[in-house]
Amino acid sequence: MVSYIVRRILWLIPVLFVVSIITFGLMHSVPGGPFDREKALRGSVIERLNEKYGLDKPIPEQYVNWVGGLIRLDLGPSYRYANRTVNDMIGEGLPRTIQLGLMAFALAILLGIPLGIIAALGHNRWPDYLATAISLVGIATPSFVLAILLVLVFSAGLDWFPNRGWKGPATWVLPTIALAGYQVAVIARYTRASMLEVTRRDYIRTAQSKGLPDRAVILRHMIRNALIPVVTVLGPILAFLITGSFIIEYFFGIPGAGRLFVQSIQGRDYAVIMAATVLYAAAIAIMNLVVDVLYGYIDPRIRYT
Amino acid sequence: MTTSGPAHNADKLLEVRGLKTQFSTADGVIQAVDDVSFDVGYGETLGLVGESGCGKSVSALSIARLVPDPPGKIVAGEILFDGIDLLKLSDEAMRKLRGKEIGFIFQDPLTSLNPTLTIGYQIGEAIREHMGLSGKAARDRVVELLAKVGIPRPADRLKDYPHQFSGGMRQRVMIAIALSCDPKLILADEPTTALDVTIQAQILELIQKLSHEFGTAVLLITHDLGIAAGMCDRVNVMYAGRIVETASVDTMFENPRMPYAWGLLDSLPRIDDIRGAKLRTIEGMPPLLISPPDACRFGPRCRFVRDICREDEPELTAREGEDHLARCWATEPGGWIS
Amino acid sequence: MATQSQVIVGPTVARRRSEGLWWDAWGRLRRNRLAVIGLGLVILLLLAAIFGPTLAPWKYYIQDDAALAANNFLPLPPFKSMSHVLGTDPNGRDVLSMLLDGAQISMTVAFVVQLVVIVIGVPIGAAAGWFGGRTDNILMRLTDVIYAFPDLLFIILLSVSLYDTWFGHALNGVLLVFVAIGLTSWVTVARLVRGQFLSLKETEFVEAARAIGVPPARIIIRHLIPNSISPVIVAITLGIPAAVLAEATLAFIGVGVQPPRTSWGSMISLGYDQIRIYPWLTLLPGLLIATALMSFTFLGDGLRDALDPKLRGKQ
Repeated sequence: MVSYIVRRILWLIPVLFVVSIITFGLMHSVPGGPFDREKALRGSVIERLNEKYGLDKPIPEQYVNWVGGLIRLDLGPSYRYANRTVNDMIGEGLPRTIQLGLMAFALAILLGIPLGIIAALGHNRWPDYLATAISLVGIATPSFVLAILLVLVFSAGLDWFPNRGWKGPATWVLPTIALAGYQVAVIARYTRASMLEVTRRDYIRTAQSKGLPDRAVILRHMIRNALIPVVTVLGPILAFLITGSFIIEYFFGIPGAGRLFVQSIQGRDYAVIMAATVLYAAAIAIMNLVVDVLYGYIDPRIRYT
Repeated sequence: MTTSGPAHNADKLLEVRGLKTQFSTADGVIQAVDDVSFDVGYGETLGLVGESGCGKSVSALSIARLVPDPPGKIVAGEILFDGIDLLKLSDEAMRKLRGKEIGFIFQDPLTSLNPTLTIGYQIGEAIREHMGLSGKAARDRVVELLAKVGIPRPADRLKDYPHQFSGGMRQRVMIAIALSCDPKLILADEPTTALDVTIQAQILELIQKLSHEFGTAVLLITHDLGIAAGMCDRVNVMYAGRIVETASVDTMFENPRMPYAWGLLDSLPRIDDIRGAKLRTIEGMPPLLISPPDACRFGPRCRFVRDICREDEPELTAREGEDHLARCWATEPGGWIS
Repeated sequence: MATQSQVIVGPTVARRRSEGLWWDAWGRLRRNRLAVIGLGLVILLLLAAIFGPTLAPWKYYIQDDAALAANNFLPLPPFKSMSHVLGTDPNGRDVLSMLLDGAQISMTVAFVVQLVVIVIGVPIGAAAGWFGGRTDNILMRLTDVIYAFPDLLFIILLSVSLYDTWFGHALNGVLLVFVAIGLTSWVTVARLVRGQFLSLKETEFVEAARAIGVPPARIIIRHLIPNSISPVIVAITLGIPAAVLAEATLAFIGVGVQPPRTSWGSMISLGYDQIRIYPWLTLLPGLLIATALMSFTFLGDGLRDALDPKLRGKQ
């Protein structure tokens, strides 16, 4: 098991390199640096700025410099905000993004799994229809549409919650729900499907033949086995929630890493773009690894060599 | 002995009377078990033999009330177990009997065991549920059972998972589960069909040995006549949802009185067959059980069929031999086969 | 004495008509109510996308100053005027026409992306699955890299990088959107095809075919590809909602389809600042996005169940 984990982590490194190279290449492939968009600056000022940030050096050299910085965990200064470093900016925004992502994840699991189980147990009766209806609506509603509806009803309409900012629990509610909505539906559907599969299995019949009470059969034999495949899907979901929250951050004006990322793309802030991309890629890979390891742990048939 | 009559026969453990089980499907309602009656005595091994789809498995499931509902449903009959009508019991009362007095051995041990629980746990479940044992006492009993079913080093294997056992071993585990609470009756549904031929014999021997040792009655379901001949005291042949012949094992193999039984015996390849001769089969296929007509169900495939077979379904009536009944116009006294 | 299953048992004829795979699947699909609803909505959407803009009362870019003037220079809400059934935006453009144009863009993007996905994904997956070994390894590492990128982020990166180029301007940015979304989406189909090929390759009839010298191309075309079609169809149908969403998101942030062409996403982004006053500007496109997502998802689910009941619930 340990060697498996080590191998996965080692594999991560070349992948991240390729990711960073591709990103670097993309950004520099197109004419126009971060300062060219500032129409207010004169040519010579732009030249000096480029020089200051090392943007006049050949591209491969720039890349090597960047990697050097990365190893020292110094991601360099931001190109857009003259007196801030990338470490600062990401350091400020990332915790908020992670918090939002984790809250949405918790909500998605706490709602999604029970919904799926209820639907499966009440198969073809009203609990199934209700839960399925809820999850179908959830799937059809992308996060920003859900955000719109939530804001319309709870903010503009009832004024229970604010619709911008990130100060205090009241501001956390709507963004978390908006972000989690779709995933609740995905998890619920997956759980339901998995439960229905398990219900058909022979070992359920064996459990019943032992005269076990329904509760025990459901808990020990059905749910336990049904949740195993669901775990495999949780990794990508968590990854998505943390890296894909930028739309919600954008919409609700949350100063998180996601919004930072989008703004830096629009503003050609190379340093932030590079850092954020690599960070995100690493985060995804690590989260997937954690889930895979967890999966190997709970399903006794899997033994990684 | 005739098949109807509500009085409980004190030396019969299981009395099935007029059992009817149906399945609703997209094509109609299937009468999988259509007025079936038979008895199993204490400690007796009864064989239920027939081809796929004849209703034998469903009969066993009906006895344990494990028929999935929907789409299945037991619609008529009585099942007297030790004098108690199982079909009239509440779900809760039935649950208490299942696993404790009635054990079930299923056909495919690979899919019938929960892959994520240890076998020690799975064998112990019924013990903990019905016998009130827990902890060490339960564990000891599980080890004892494992030893009885012939699993080497049982104490070491408690924490193993099903996938760590071979097919034959897994079936032994299933047998241990079925026997865990010392039941009076074991329903064994094709217990060896999914196993290698060499292992089959071992498992059957084991079942036989244990049933004699504990005095457990066994309802053995199989399509394999050879197995029935070797294991059973009595044999019932089923066809198209009905019992078509019942007799002691010796009588059944020496003097069957129903063309279907002849066909079955005849179709067994024999060691002294001429090499290259065609295999003998019973032509045709069993009928769909959606709206069975009032005619002999085997008629369309029978070599000896006559008009009366097509107009009227024969009843189970007595033949020569102890408790020997058959359902055939031709072999009745006065019929056209003697 | 009858010899076949054509035994007549009572009044019921015991014979089943033998049916082909597609016919069977169609039957199953028809019985699935949700899938039928999905199919119906999909057809409606496609009709709207194909014929809508030509039949629309206004061209989407026309600004009806007269109507605005008549309304105190405020955008019209729905149902206020018969010539603008669903209202107008602050510039006087007819909402219904914009929605229809958005439908055309959405559907075009969604389907073209699937085309890109097939063109890239199927050959790569087939190559990986058929040749196995090193080819498989290399191709799978490639997909790993793409997988490592958060989808939407990569799409945005691509879009923004190329936004100001001729490529980005082509077809009002639509070409860029096709490529950006397509480049990230082919991975799933590639993996599916690879999986199918890997397992089918080991089957006996393929072994037999190779043994008697059937050229690999023939085997692939006649056996492997037809058996891989079903999961690919399902994947594509379920991939459409993702593409529609990606397109809307890109437009929402402002790096998607460029004006004057409309996208539901850009309608939303334009409208959300004024969501309290002119809710219909965000609500209507939002509802349409939701409808598109729902209908293709229902249909995709139904197809998956219909084409292989054993797969129900997986993936």
